[in-house]
Amino acid sequence: MDWLHWLFYVGVILGAVPVMVMAFIWLERRGLGRLQLRPGPNRAGPFGILQPVADAIKVLTKEDIVPVAGDHWVHFVAPLVVFAPAMLVFTVIPFQEDGGLVRGLVPDLNIGILYIVAVSSISTIGVFMAAWGSNNKYSLISAFRSMAQVVSYEIPLALAILGVVLAAGTMSLTGIVQAQAVPFIVMQPLGFIIFFIAATAELNRTPFDLMEAESEMVAGYHIEYSGMKFALFYLAEYAYTVGISAIAATLFLGGWKAPWGVGPQVGVLWLVVKILLVFMVILWIRGTFPRVRVDQLMGFAWKFLFPLSLINIFIIAAESLAWPGLPWWLLFPNTAIALVLVVVWSGLFRLGGGRVQV
Amino acid sequence: MAIRTQPVSINIGPQHPSTHGVFRLRVTFDGEVIIGLEPIFGYLHRGKEKLAEARTYTQFIPITDRADYLASMSNNWGYCLAVERLAGIELPERAEYIRVLVGEMMRISNHLMAVGFFLNDCGAFFTPLLYMYREREKLLDLFDMLCGQRLNYNYMRIGGVSQDLPVEFLPALKKFVQEMPGYIDEYEQLLTTNEILLARSKGVGVLSPEQAVNASVSGPVLRACGVEWDIRRADPYSIYPQLEFDIPTGIQGDTYDRFYLRIQEMRQSVRILQQAITGIEQLPHGVYRAHVLSLVRPPKGEVYSRIESPKGELGYYIVSDGGVSPWRCRMRGPSQLNLTALRDMVLGWKLADLIIILGSIDIVMGEVDR
Repeated sequence: MDWLHWLFYVGVILGAVPVMVMAFIWLERRGLGRLQLRPGPNRAGPFGILQPVADAIKVLTKEDIVPVAGDHWVHFVAPLVVFAPAMLVFTVIPFQEDGGLVRGLVPDLNIGILYIVAVSSISTIGVFMAAWGSNNKYSLISAFRSMAQVVSYEIPLALAILGVVLAAGTMSLTGIVQAQAVPFIVMQPLGFIIFFIAATAELNRTPFDLMEAESEMVAGYHIEYSGMKFALFYLAEYAYTVGISAIAATLFLGGWKAPWGVGPQVGVLWLVVKILLVFMVILWIRGTFPRVRVDQLMGFAWKFLFPLSLINIFIIAAESLAWPGLPWWLLFPNTAIALVLVVVWSGLFRLGGGRVQV
Repeated sequence: MAIRTQPVSINIGPQHPSTHGVFRLRVTFDGEVIIGLEPIFGYLHRGKEKLAEARTYTQFIPITDRADYLASMSNNWGYCLAVERLAGIELPERAEYIRVLVGEMMRISNHLMAVGFFLNDCGAFFTPLLYMYREREKLLDLFDMLCGQRLNYNYMRIGGVSQDLPVEFLPALKKFVQEMPGYIDEYEQLLTTNEILLARSKGVGVLSPEQAVNASVSGPVLRACGVEWDIRRADPYSIYPQLEFDIPTGIQGDTYDRFYLRIQEMRQSVRILQQAITGIEQLPHGVYRAHVLSLVRPPKGEVYSRIESPKGELGYYIVSDGGVSPWRCRMRGPSQLNLTALRDMVLGWKLADLIIILGSIDIVMGEVDR
């Protein structure tokens, strides 16, 4: 029953992902509150757990304001263009092992990771549409920043993923998970660092949140949005964060694989736990770091991440030629190499382009 | 084919999260680089100086609170000092000590806000700011204990202060003074050597000492340029000559120096507080105000007196015609004059730099517009 499979998983993704996103929004606000010595939302329901619901009701009943001088159709379509790719990412994530209860929509897609890289770039167009349709200078500057940022960071991101593909020998996400006898975060720490930083930049999260930098751009590209359209941007941002966390969990943390073989039947739960882990690290960074400047952002991508990701690929390729199948003990040299390279490169390249003296 | 480009002018403010009040900057950008800047203020003008002419000398004190509302005590002090000098009133020693205590507490409180908002402008999303709020809250509780207010204190009177220290005040302040150095260390651990913060603020918005002096800049912004100018030493008032403290100065005059200087000044303020607490404990209770008639009538004449408020040189120029209210009262707000150096600092820098440079000046619009 092919159509039944599709119907079921589309339902699961459209139902479970927004719920998960809302839970994560609650978690982020509570967690951020803890980091900032304040309780966070705690009025709606026990521990403020109904806060996302209250927010949803609020945005749904708000007036939808459209700028008169803006491009109405572009303004209308933009939130959808931003939101859809965030959902599309989940279609290829394998939830569980072959024969499990919920496997995912198309977990065996043979170009799975290529599909993710392609789909996740679409939302940038949506961002630009939002900025253009709003006819607002703040939005436009923010969209320029976003374009430059995403184009630059897509390269190290893709190259870091390539390291995983090289090691696994497949682009299918199920294949990548199965190839992780030892999770790739241990086998390729350098690749994970690059992937994680580039993904944070792709997500526009702190310290790379230039395009919605509150203290500069007020709200950036969605400054002219209100009501449900704004909520879609907000949801998309978090859905995409969860999506990227899911990709990181799948590519580097072993996806649905149970660590130490504990409870392999509930792989999907392990996946959620790993997503949560990555998400919490992103949240932690958000609560800690200041923001970089535009030129520093670009310099960081091209001078720091890009060379390192090339070196990473070279190392992985050489290793897989020398020791086909990449035995587990390679994790020791790889960790050492990652440490040395990061330290050396941090010495060579400073964020201020050489202006900084400590 | 060449792409045609043109400069864009953007209004930053009057409603913008990082203009620190109702302040508007008309900025001309070439891409993200600032090529023109025109500050527009006056949105918060309340005619405070004119209000003074229709009030008695004492009635004007609460209005000074509203000028620099993050450092109300210092405003009270500046005004009262001017009137006292005009009328030739001698203060009891205890009153002077109380004033120094609250003045330095105010400085710490103000610098906590300044540093916190500066880091917030840098993009450290509220975390450092809320850490600083934790200590500011303790200071506000102390002020609350003192005069029942948390923001606009109206505590000082001509010839002293409105009431003596409550019994529980000094022990609470001692506890705070003991804890504060640890907290300051904590702020430094959090971000002062963070690579991103250094890259963002080192060398950005440099103000040369000559420019600063020419623009009549004062306070931490001036000292960050390396000029050792502190009214507490240069033109001493109250009991500052008896107290030991250093005047920290910056090296380059960039945003980082201004940020770091405020942290160092907090340490010095804690030092002053320690000495003032030891001093005041030896003084008798209850003598906190000189005998001044409730309707002060200073003799005919004029006075300009200045104090070192947390933001810089806070001066009051008062002309008296011998009546019950000033004939003319003029405030020299440090925020306003420090703001005039903004254009020198930001031209050629980027939008993100403009925000942190503005944040590093530490302005309060109530004082700029008055």
